[in-house]
Amino acid sequence: MITRFLWQGMDRKFQLFVLLVLAIGIVLPLLNQLTPAASALHVPAWVLQLIGKYLCYASLALAVDLVWGYCGILSLGHAAFFALGGYCMGMYLMRNIGARGVYGNSVLPDFMVFLNYPELPWFWHGFRFFWFAGPMIVIVPSLLALALGWFAFRSRVTGVYLSIITQAMTYALQLAFFRNDMGLGGNNGLTDYKDILGYSVQSDGTRAVLCFSSALALAIFLVIAAAVVGSRFGKALMAVRDAESRMRFLGYRVEGYKLFVFVLSAAMAGIAGALYVPQVGIINPSEFAPGNSIEAVLWVAVGGRGTLIGPVIGAFIVNFGKTYLTGALPEVWLFALGALFIVVTLFLPKGVIGLRGQLAARKAKAA
Amino acid sequence: MSQQRLLAWLLPAIAAICLAGTALAADLATLVTNLTTGGYSERGDAIEALAASGEARAAPILQALSAGQLYVRPSDKLVVIGKGEGKSIELSDAITGKPAGTASEDDLERVKINNRLRGTIEAAMGSLTLMSPDPSVRRSAANSLFTRRDASSLESLDKALAAEKDPGIKRVMEQARAAVVLASDAPDAQKIAAIAIVRDRADADSLGVLQTVIASASGPVKEAATAAASSVRQSLKAWEAAQNVWYGISLGSVLLLAAIGLAITFGTMGVINMAHGEMVMLGAYTTFVVQQVLRSAAPGLMEASVVIALPLAFLVSGVVGVVIERTIIRFLYGRALDTLLATWGLSLVLQQAVRSLFGPTNREVSSPSWMSGSFHVGQIDVTYGRLWIVIFALIVFALLMLLLRRTPLGLYMRAVTQNRPMASAMGIRTPRVDALTFGLGSGIAGLAGVALSQIDNVSPNLGQGYIVDSFMVVVFGGVGNLFGTLVGATALGIVNKFLEPYAGAVLGKILVLVFIILFIQRRPRGLFALKGRAVE
Repeated sequence: MITRFLWQGMDRKFQLFVLLVLAIGIVLPLLNQLTPAASALHVPAWVLQLIGKYLCYASLALAVDLVWGYCGILSLGHAAFFALGGYCMGMYLMRNIGARGVYGNSVLPDFMVFLNYPELPWFWHGFRFFWFAGPMIVIVPSLLALALGWFAFRSRVTGVYLSIITQAMTYALQLAFFRNDMGLGGNNGLTDYKDILGYSVQSDGTRAVLCFSSALALAIFLVIAAAVVGSRFGKALMAVRDAESRMRFLGYRVEGYKLFVFVLSAAMAGIAGALYVPQVGIINPSEFAPGNSIEAVLWVAVGGRGTLIGPVIGAFIVNFGKTYLTGALPEVWLFALGALFIVVTLFLPKGVIGLRGQLAARKAKAA
Repeated sequence: MSQQRLLAWLLPAIAAICLAGTALAADLATLVTNLTTGGYSERGDAIEALAASGEARAAPILQALSAGQLYVRPSDKLVVIGKGEGKSIELSDAITGKPAGTASEDDLERVKINNRLRGTIEAAMGSLTLMSPDPSVRRSAANSLFTRRDASSLESLDKALAAEKDPGIKRVMEQARAAVVLASDAPDAQKIAAIAIVRDRADADSLGVLQTVIASASGPVKEAATAAASSVRQSLKAWEAAQNVWYGISLGSVLLLAAIGLAITFGTMGVINMAHGEMVMLGAYTTFVVQQVLRSAAPGLMEASVVIALPLAFLVSGVVGVVIERTIIRFLYGRALDTLLATWGLSLVLQQAVRSLFGPTNREVSSPSWMSGSFHVGQIDVTYGRLWIVIFALIVFALLMLLLRRTPLGLYMRAVTQNRPMASAMGIRTPRVDALTFGLGSGIAGLAGVALSQIDNVSPNLGQGYIVDSFMVVVFGGVGNLFGTLVGATALGIVNKFLEPYAGAVLGKILVLVFIILFIQRRPRGLFALKGRAVE
């Protein structure tokens, strides 16, 4: 009932878009599973994996957009939430390798045997079970966002300062996760997964389900985001973005609004990261790199900030370009990415979504 | 002259003690032949005999033996010293020192030694070199005896002490003698006196000497040694703290150089320049290019290459900065977050451009001789390179202060910072001032690049490593305040270095980042915040 209520509150175009995302998540895996490999309609597993990856990126982009586009908080550390969710999933997958690791230790993951850990570190306990790891995927990033946001918003750290703090946070986490003493695989991260929920991560069937789950997660996030943004709360959120001081003077508790949306966004990013890890098969500290977070911001900027469809489209466009260019013309990719940053900020402040409006405005001006 | 005469008297005496007659009358040739025959223990005796012979050739022969360069030529049983490896080893007669042709490694028998013999050689060299006319050789000989504590060197030390004129070296020799006494079975009174001498040396080596005494002795000697050791430990701790402060200042100067340009663009213009690190990188690559050109065109100027690179790096980075301001940043004033993204994109482009031009690998930038080497202040090890960078950072800071406070351009900059419309109304061409300010900030980043090229890898990623740190410094020190940047950089540098021994380099850095994140919560505008209207 709630779903129907939410559904009816959205405009037609958005409904169609959510259905499109779901359709991608259903049709592609089905084509992979049901058609024979020789068929023209067959979708190879690597395509599924790629699309699944893009869908996770799109969820991350949506999370960034929720705080940046709707609340004016430019977070340069969202990849940290993504990676934390990923690490939680990675820990679950590591524990489920069991005795099939290189060293055949049924309790300790390979890297711990290699580094002479006498026993499992305390924070690894429980991750063998999905009922524990699953909630952790949401809780860990949310707690970090809550702590950081609570400190930052309460003391009214805004704008550029907040961006720099979030960047410092992800940088510090990256350095921390690089350490072997951290007990999370250090430089190499967590990899060599075997099973997820009892199914082999390598099999096509699991790939198909993961791809579908990523699409489902994105669709759900879109609906949640639309509900938040469309509500009274969302209106206040946008007002905070546009005139924070005025909202404060009007008696709104600005930090509460910001904190809620920041934590929500971190949880989304965490889930996206958790879905991402089994599909790429590895999580390591480079996911925390400040550059990754900024790239996620670019997806939003390219698609169109302050819209819900924009970030999804942006994530697909930029990542498709990245996959193509890093393969075909590797040295051009950074030029293209850099130029994209500049062109989008200078000429496309509303992103691809806003392009039509921009052109129309120009035409109207010329006429 | 007198020294040589002394040697002539001294050495037979030593020989008599060391050898108890076995090789007393042996001439150099037999001594050297003895080196090459027999097992390891006979060889050890032969080494000591050779050292005691006092022959001028003893030192080079022993050195060659220690380095594995002493060979026997099987054809004529001649003992030779060989330089080089493989097919063509240049030989010289070990006894006369005259060239003896070349030979392949396969045609020679190397005189083998083991680690124990290497130790014997070192000790023997120690007493040989104690009487050297070169003061630095004597000093290091005494120092090596201090750590070796070979009881047999007591006599040679006594003789050397009697002959020594330099008070500094004499003190080192006395310390060495005291260490030797402590290792011997001298009476307690002597040992306690020796402990006092060793204590006054107050370094890690003397602590080692005292600890062996504590472990082996008993009674009053042990008590004296324990007391001395704790006093040495205290003084060591103080020196360590001092050393950390110096390292901290040194790191702080690097941070200051990297951050000060940012302090201008971010602090006075409110522009977030994520490409700032790349300006630093451009400066470093300018140094590289200057050195390449000088190496082929004017090798005589290589010593001055860094000085020549300074103005050029300032120009290169400065001009790039002005171009960036005119083409990109000026369209984004008032949109700080967009500026951040655009300049990040720019940093990617610059990195890739440099990577395409110069390749992805590290480029080697050499240091001029006046920047290499080190000296000691007490027990603090100061490298010239770091010292110059500290001095350079302070000079840049002072010049920048002068520029901002005492020149018309500085006046305009401050005016535009404080109140742009009013400055414009007073006839200041604000766009030009913006461009120049940005150029200045970038140019200073270029200067930083020249300095960093001396201590860091010159690679396309050079700048990225500094960008987070520099922002931290600016934010910590307080935006829009250059003194804040100076204090912030030094404080962060020192805090970092003090945390390192306890938490490790990486964890120390993480702690500093966390500290700053918390600090900004307390004082969102930094240590030295601007007050009044400029804040919003």
